[in-house]
Amino acid sequence: MAQFLQHLVNGLSLGSIYALIAVGYSMVYGILQLINFAHGEVVMLGAVFGFWLAPKFMYPVEPSLGLFFAVLGASMFLCGLLGFFIERLAYRPLRKSPRINCLITAIGVSLFLQYFTQLEFIFGAIPQTYPEMISQATVFSFAGVDISNLQLIVVGLSFSLMIILQFVVYKTKLGLGMRAVSENTEVAALLGVPVNKVISFTFILGSMLAAAAGTFVATMYPKVDAMMGTMLGMKAFVAAVLGGIGNLPGAVIGGLVMGLAEEFTVGYLSSSFRDAIAFAILILVLLFRPAGILGKTKIEKV
Amino acid sequence: MRQIKHLFIFSALVLLMGFSFSNFLGIYHQTILALCGINIILAVSLNLVNGFTGQFSLGHAGFMAVGAYVSAALTTLWLPTLTNPFLMTEIGVNLFFLFALLAGGIAAGLTGFLVGVPSLRLKGDYLAVVTLGFGEIIRIFILNIEPIGGARGLIGIPQLSNLYWIFGFVLLICIWIHRIVSSIPGKQFMAVRDDETATSAMGLSTTRIKVRSFVYASFFAGIAGGLFAHYIAYLNPATFNFNYSFQIVAMVVLGGMGSLTGSVAAAILLTGLLEALRPLQDLTGVDLRMVIYALTLIVLMLTRPEGMFGRHEIWEFFKKFKKSPQGFVR
Repeated sequence: MAQFLQHLVNGLSLGSIYALIAVGYSMVYGILQLINFAHGEVVMLGAVFGFWLAPKFMYPVEPSLGLFFAVLGASMFLCGLLGFFIERLAYRPLRKSPRINCLITAIGVSLFLQYFTQLEFIFGAIPQTYPEMISQATVFSFAGVDISNLQLIVVGLSFSLMIILQFVVYKTKLGLGMRAVSENTEVAALLGVPVNKVISFTFILGSMLAAAAGTFVATMYPKVDAMMGTMLGMKAFVAAVLGGIGNLPGAVIGGLVMGLAEEFTVGYLSSSFRDAIAFAILILVLLFRPAGILGKTKIEKV
Repeated sequence: MRQIKHLFIFSALVLLMGFSFSNFLGIYHQTILALCGINIILAVSLNLVNGFTGQFSLGHAGFMAVGAYVSAALTTLWLPTLTNPFLMTEIGVNLFFLFALLAGGIAAGLTGFLVGVPSLRLKGDYLAVVTLGFGEIIRIFILNIEPIGGARGLIGIPQLSNLYWIFGFVLLICIWIHRIVSSIPGKQFMAVRDDETATSAMGLSTTRIKVRSFVYASFFAGIAGGLFAHYIAYLNPATFNFNYSFQIVAMVVLGGMGSLTGSVAAAILLTGLLEALRPLQDLTGVDLRMVIYALTLIVLMLTRPEGMFGRHEIWEFFKKFKKSPQGFVR
């Protein structure tokens, strides 16, 4: 029982990270109907930026929570910029072309970022240890279940970020624009919504959340690797599809389910099926409920 | 009579290519050529799905892996246990190799059928992700089967494949696929690509057509896998990860989705390009090859999304210069 609860706790903290990434996929898909394959690479770069910046920030101050927040903020800012430029340079010129071309470009951007980071003078192909900014400690122990301070911080911050996002999408003017564009781009443009600005803003928001997720992953499992983004991205995408793509609460639920499923697979089956479970879930969802848990079924019109 | 003539030309071409490639080139260039040939088969067969049927599959390396492992398991694990004296002879071994290749192809085709039936009801990017997922699941599955090496890889595969085999199959499969796309079922593939709703309104089962195209493509990918396994003589599940699938997709896209000769040209170009860029690596000290590769894909999509040849075959470009009969303007 204690083991089960421990897996539950670990699964939830992993799941909240997946949820953060999944929200980014879901937002972009809702607005552009594009699977942003490069999103996973933005997550990876979020961790890489942190890896570069932490030693620079660490020089005057001791490792502390404040340092963690500084690195998190800087990495989110840089990834927001990156997201803006990815959209501006690679996706915007293709706005009017067939979706398959956008998909191929997205794959191209993803491969480019991955291999560019692998270059020796950028980051290198060898996994590095992420600098320790908060020393891990068990803060809460109950009936054999240990909850570490890292898990608390990660889950707490993830959920606060998602609540902020919910606020932005539903209570601000730009959020209104986002919802309008995802409903119908042309009508939104006719009604005076600055579509290009809204799309840029969506990419910036999604990339900032991805950077946060990357920082959290690197803090919990202290390793940075140029290849880490692909698998994280794929799993988060599965989470987004599971919850109903284009639906933000759905992405959160999907992320939590994915995290739990992965943790239980590792705990009770075998860790070599860690990556297979995500795709198995994806295939089952697409076969039995393609719209996802919270999604609406669309009818194809001629 | 015509068939005999064609068969004669075909075997003459294979012998000529095999002979000249294996006698006038070093081992290094031969290996590049062999990889070119294998990539040509993969690109042309994937074009059947991505180009002619308009379904975006991203799991081609998975089917190649099935073919590679099945045929390699047959020749590595089963062949040594057989005591038939005929199988000791040169001809017997090669016939067994042909059998193993076909068995690998059929196993890959069956896998394609099993994957295709549920997933081809999906469209566009969903299909892309599901095929990617199936490709990965196949790879992880192989990773967990101990008798064929698991994560360590399968070693000791007899090196039965050579340039004769590879280029024989390249020619055979290219002609075969050209015949498929010129036939009625091939026209059905293109009908699904151009308008799926209209095709089903004509009373055709679009799912059946898509599955058929998928099974063909997986079968050929399986054969390519078998040829690859017996040329390199070592298999590792990590070879067939989704980067390999992406590479095949890049070849199809660069050549032009819906152009067989385009795929052939792109497969040669990209395989050759990766090798030609090796000196650059020595010069700069970093591996820029995959970066350039990815940039090619992006720039291509931004500037010429239809690829090098579009939907045309290479001979259609030469036809333009010929005078049309009876003065018709095409």
